[in-house]
Amino acid sequence: MKFQGLAAGAAAAFTLLSTSSAFAVTEISWWHAMTGANNEVVEQLSKEFNESQGDYKIVPVFKGTYPETLNAGIAAFRAKQPPAIMQVFDVGTGVMMAAEGAVKPVAEILSMGGGTFDKSQYLPGIVAYYSKPDGTMLSFPYNSSSPILYYNKDIFEKAGLDVNNPPKTWPEVWEAARKIKTSGAASCGYTSTWLTWIHLENFASWNDLQYATHENGLADTNVELKFNSPIFVKHFQEIADLAKDGVFRYGGRTSEAKQIFLAGECGIFTESSGGLGDIVKSGMNYGIGQLPYEPDAKGAPQNTTPGGASLWVFGGKSDEEYKGVAEFFKFLSKTDIQARLHQVSGYLPVTLAAYEETKKSGFYDKNPGRETPILQMMGKAPTENSKGVRLVNLPQVRDIQNEEFEKMLAGEQTAQQALDNAVQRGNAAIQQALGN
Amino acid sequence: MIGQSPIRIGIAHIVLILGIVVVAFPIYYTFVASTHSLQTILRPPLPLVPGDRFFENYWTALFGGVGRIGGVSVGTLLLNTTVMALGIAVGKIVISILSAYAIVFFRFPLRMMFFWLIFITLMLPVEVRILPTYKVMVDFGLIDTYAGLTLPLMASATATLLFRQFFLTIPGELVEAARVDGAGPWRFFKDILLPLSKTNIAALFVILFIYGWTQYLWPLLVTNRNDMGTIVIALKKMISFADADTEWHLVMVTSILAIVPPILVVLFMQRWFVKGLVETEK
Amino acid sequence: MGRRQEDIGSGGSSLSPRVIFPNKILPYLLVAPQLAITAVFFYWPASQALYQSMLREDPFGLNSKFVWFDNFARVLADPNYLNSVRVTAVFSLATAFVAMAVALLLAVMADKVVRGRGIYRTLMIWPYAVAPAIAGMLWLFLFNPSIGSLAYMLRWLGINWDPLLNGPQAMVLVVAAAAWKQISYNFLFFVAGLQAIPRTLIEAAAIDGAGETKRFWTIVFPLLAPTTFFLLVINTTYAFFDTFGIIHAVTGGGPGKATETLVYKVYNDGFVNLILGDSAAQSVILMVIVIALTAFQFRFVERKVHYG
Repeated sequence: MKFQGLAAGAAAAFTLLSTSSAFAVTEISWWHAMTGANNEVVEQLSKEFNESQGDYKIVPVFKGTYPETLNAGIAAFRAKQPPAIMQVFDVGTGVMMAAEGAVKPVAEILSMGGGTFDKSQYLPGIVAYYSKPDGTMLSFPYNSSSPILYYNKDIFEKAGLDVNNPPKTWPEVWEAARKIKTSGAASCGYTSTWLTWIHLENFASWNDLQYATHENGLADTNVELKFNSPIFVKHFQEIADLAKDGVFRYGGRTSEAKQIFLAGECGIFTESSGGLGDIVKSGMNYGIGQLPYEPDAKGAPQNTTPGGASLWVFGGKSDEEYKGVAEFFKFLSKTDIQARLHQVSGYLPVTLAAYEETKKSGFYDKNPGRETPILQMMGKAPTENSKGVRLVNLPQVRDIQNEEFEKMLAGEQTAQQALDNAVQRGNAAIQQALGN
Repeated sequence: MIGQSPIRIGIAHIVLILGIVVVAFPIYYTFVASTHSLQTILRPPLPLVPGDRFFENYWTALFGGVGRIGGVSVGTLLLNTTVMALGIAVGKIVISILSAYAIVFFRFPLRMMFFWLIFITLMLPVEVRILPTYKVMVDFGLIDTYAGLTLPLMASATATLLFRQFFLTIPGELVEAARVDGAGPWRFFKDILLPLSKTNIAALFVILFIYGWTQYLWPLLVTNRNDMGTIVIALKKMISFADADTEWHLVMVTSILAIVPPILVVLFMQRWFVKGLVETEK
Repeated sequence: MGRRQEDIGSGGSSLSPRVIFPNKILPYLLVAPQLAITAVFFYWPASQALYQSMLREDPFGLNSKFVWFDNFARVLADPNYLNSVRVTAVFSLATAFVAMAVALLLAVMADKVVRGRGIYRTLMIWPYAVAPAIAGMLWLFLFNPSIGSLAYMLRWLGINWDPLLNGPQAMVLVVAAAAWKQISYNFLFFVAGLQAIPRTLIEAAAIDGAGETKRFWTIVFPLLAPTTFFLLVINTTYAFFDTFGIIHAVTGGGPGKATETLVYKVYNDGFVNLILGDSAAQSVILMVIVIALTAFQFRFVERKVHYG
């Protein structure tokens, strides 16, 4: 029992130590999942904000991967001690939106701080993704990216392909990929990260195709999946055929395929625009192109949808804290901050002004390709098919899709079977998650 | 010692070397990676021999890299991790050896129920009961404390089970003799049981220290302040597989730094093993 | 109940030292610290998990409904769950066997050599010091089918190595990874166990003319039984519970569901997909399975264990 007393004593001492420090300034905790260079950006931004004024102090806390951060936030909410701000990844958006009593809409907070909140300053494609059906912005977009095409110029040259002219449509990609393989320029023609995000979710929005009913889940949670229509089936059958010939190489469910591309094994690669950093640092002679589209689709190319994460604000905090959060979000929206974030991190700017500013500075002339993901996102006003996909259990549905894709790529089933199974199992999972 | 033929000894050496190649290769490979430039690491496959960036990489990591990303100095991170690992190892050994002692050498009502109550804790990892355990932490005010970092991880049965298994092998005559000599339970424990358990305690200490040292999910949850973080959390903070460039060469250096203290513990504990061996040579 | 467990736990009086200390209060004081910690940090949260297994609720706990055993019924009716049971059986048996057999072989060899014994032991143990977070990264660099150095070697040997799409290969990969992590641990305890065996016994057998192999199986192995039994229990629970980190890093349960073990499913459903009720129900079932398995081991395996 002595041991217990000791532990309790130690605990009490630590509690005393930790609570006695904060008085005049309101501390605002920000739980995030940023690693590597992006983590340094988080620390730097917090420091600058804290130095810019004396009333509030942002305390950034790394809480692990995106799922780990979300779980930590949920555990803390249930223990009634949530942080003020939490970073949630794109696929967690549905979960957060369903928890209406737990979160406070960002639109509300931004107008609370005394200022006005003008949604039109923000990039429409991004804002639409993080808003309620009625247009209320729920979370603050922090890091957004979009899938683009990368290609290895050395391999292109060896295969006799036009180094300055990357393929624009999927049939062109397949043709170039086959040529890379047959010419022996590389052992594989094409690979891709995130098949679910790039070849289903963005394939749908970029080609203006329906992924699911109710505007892909943005208008209502009770959705039915629709991604087994003929055009999807055709696309995936083409990938399966390429895989059989060894022209397409599967790298894994998330970003693993980046390593294959970096190793110079594949000539063409689709991946998030945020993945640029590693490719630049590897010293590869690379080029960038728009995400390919499907020429048979009527509206293509339409617009791509963002991936990444946004900042959510928990409910039940004091007005003082919300004012601090509002100040911080306004700080983050500043043109120079956004422009810098965009140029340093490879993520998309959240405000139009930051985009204009970056353009004016000549950044895109020096870094061609960095504008590509923005142009993809802004080209056209989003249709009901292209605002993104939102499901209450998107992570689970993606798991199901990945499982079916893997069976298809292993030659155990056709694309038709894979997509039919994924739709059927996905629908069942959605119904279960909704409690029906 | 039984005479061994040189051939058999030779075979033993070969098997051991093969075993070590398999078991230790990943560490060697981490070390290799820590001596190459970022560019080399980013363009796989990685060479099998060390590169020429040893001093450069280690210098950068020690005097900037880790601290910059971890938010606090390497020293603080290592201190927190050491406190956590030591706390778990010592705490768990103490409570386990006591309870195993009671269960093996005493007969009392509810004895086996207690054993099973403790034993079942083998069966449910922290991840599964994370929400409720976290709530207990908050209710007790243990967030951001060393107690919060260590106590919940002591609630496990491995050590108790090991001591029970070991105590059962102690001949009854030994206990008998102690009692004839007039030794009470405490003297028996102190003069006979503890010295006999030396090798096992050393083995357990190594295992538990490393267990505590490598914890990730739990310290991540119960600390909200950077200066309470551990080296593994800082390391994880440096690694990004998606969407950001990672300074892999510095990550590799930090990985090596993070495994040096446990290696020192192993080396130190070796002496206990050897001592136990010499003293019990029968 | 108490009577029966007494039999299972101690395996009858023959297994424990016959002489015991008569004392009424001391034993309670001795178990008290561990019981207190276990109660607060294990039983209380675990009871919450049990309660949760009968709830349907959203992750934030804003709406919850008590549904009795609905979650259990749904989980058990799910064909994917049965698949996981099969996967787990194969995975756990293979992992425990490989990890223990390799470790025992190495420990016996290490016990044999005199020169360099300390160095061998040190080199064998420290891989255990690699945090799982780093181990995951290493697996990517080493064994990833496309870029790993080992994958290159396998392909050079003419093996069509593609665990990303080939189920059995993926299983081999996760078993190897899981067993690899446990070898050092088992090695350490086998070495400690071997050292506790009186040299005189072995020497006596040697004088009687027993060959080395015979000596091992008739004397060393039986005397090692308490350690082996301890490790059997530990390795089984390890394979059941502590391996999702490895599976998560190496295969993510794929391809398809070829390496989705029960505990990976618990983790994925609860921690990633946030289906708390189902996940809690699965962990309760899992706990029952492992407790039954352990009780079985105590009853039938430990009876055969020879305690000196």
